[in-house]
Amino acid sequence: MVELTHDSRPIIGRGPPLTAYFLTLAAISVGLMVADQRYRQIDRIRETLSMAVYPVQRAVDFPFRATDWVTGSFADRSRLRQENLELTARLRLANLQLQRFAVLEEENRRLRDMRENTSGIAEKVLVASILNVDLDPFRHRVLLDKGAGDGVFKGQAVLDGEGIFGQVAKVNTSTAEVILISDAEHAIPVQSNRSGVRTIAVGTGDQNKLSLPFVTVESDLQEGDLLLSTGMGGVFPPGYPVAKVSKVKRAGSTFALVEAKPAAQLDRAREVLLVWFKAPVFDAEMQPPPATAGADGTEAATADQPATARPTAPPAATPGDGTASPVAAPTPAPPVTAPATAPTRPPASVNGFSSGEPPAANAETTAPSPQAGGE
Amino acid sequence: MFARRLLYWASMAAGLVLAIVPLPAWLDPVRPDLALLAMIYFVLTSPRIAGLGYAWLSGLFLDVLRGMVLGQHALGFLVVGYVTHKLQLRMRMFPIVQQAVIVMMLLGLYHFLMFWIDGLTGHGFTGWVRWLPVVSGALLWPLVVALGDSLTRRSS
Repeated sequence: MVELTHDSRPIIGRGPPLTAYFLTLAAISVGLMVADQRYRQIDRIRETLSMAVYPVQRAVDFPFRATDWVTGSFADRSRLRQENLELTARLRLANLQLQRFAVLEEENRRLRDMRENTSGIAEKVLVASILNVDLDPFRHRVLLDKGAGDGVFKGQAVLDGEGIFGQVAKVNTSTAEVILISDAEHAIPVQSNRSGVRTIAVGTGDQNKLSLPFVTVESDLQEGDLLLSTGMGGVFPPGYPVAKVSKVKRAGSTFALVEAKPAAQLDRAREVLLVWFKAPVFDAEMQPPPATAGADGTEAATADQPATARPTAPPAATPGDGTASPVAAPTPAPPVTAPATAPTRPPASVNGFSSGEPPAANAETTAPSPQAGGE
Repeated sequence: MFARRLLYWASMAAGLVLAIVPLPAWLDPVRPDLALLAMIYFVLTSPRIAGLGYAWLSGLFLDVLRGMVLGQHALGFLVVGYVTHKLQLRMRMFPIVQQAVIVMMLLGLYHFLMFWIDGLTGHGFTGWVRWLPVVSGALLWPLVVALGDSLTRRSS
């Protein structure tokens, strides 16, 4: 039973009248909400307040971190040995791939220099841990332990070891909120590694599923296709894995039902990479080869047409599909490498296309705005 | 008196911590709004000390913690606090079950407000799952009262 511990009857002259107080605070709340939606300045208030709640977030995170540390310090020897062996084996394999990769990268740089375009390679990365804090069960957001103090900015790309993870949605002084690619408000432009079909992957609110709503029935997408970021919109670096097509259903009349499984470990990652990269240049100084310019200008139409009739993809896809030759002739056609040879980052073909894009490509923004993810 | 005030702020902090502590995915949507329940309890027992300002601040901190639109939870807490304040003299007389029913209505009002603001700001999520905390919170109400009573008795 709730007990009355203090006299609560209103006594004249004690405190402001309740309703007036209520209305004032309500007006302030509504004002804050409107300002939060419209104006930048509110971020300052949020930042100040977030410093006040930062200890709470740390306190929540602490036990988990401590458990990790304890289990890490007292791990038994045999398990460590086992892990060490596995890691050594993986490192050897990775080194082997890296050797081939070095050649490719050199090749790539030369080709890109030819096009005066050095965009798209991550220049600086910062490892950030995900704080063990639940934000909202219905939005896919996580909180990182790096913030404006570490140079994190709004709209920064976030990757994990497997692929693209999300982008920074809000920056506080020492924390940053990341919106995952699976959030229902997120959309990211992607390109099929196999066929070169370009489209947009929209989050569904399910961490294991992205939806590709703008794929026509005729477009060349298959189950198992790897979808890479295109770098359009300038948020994500081009050529990183985003998702793998998991389901293609061509039942409808116009649009196919396509779903993809995110490459990044959205639900398991503990540490992610914040990436700084030089955004692809879309300005007019760049002189794309005339053939590409015309073809890329009709980008929407490109996806509509069957694979054989597509003007852009064949030069990229046909030589790259079967053969493993990374060499591209410096013809007017965009430089082409074989996507199959560099599974983690096949850069040249993707870069070549995206850098040849007209500025209109920026319209496909990846910002988490209602327009981008409204579908 | 100082101990009492400390109790209010400590329970606000505890409620906020429990609002963001990680839960398994299946339990996450059911998470009761303990900060809100604590606020209702204190508005009922000591409305002169823990009043609307207290309610509003709890909500504002929750907004910042969860990265929501600033003012969203603040408004929700404020409205619930105001209605509770208006009902307090009656609510105190009710048996615990009847109180829980009223609390359920208050939580429903709160979640309707959140749903509405979410929709206005373009974050709408329309699944039935989002109404689960209304039920879980009402079920927890007797526990909150028991805990609160024992803490208040000790601190006074």
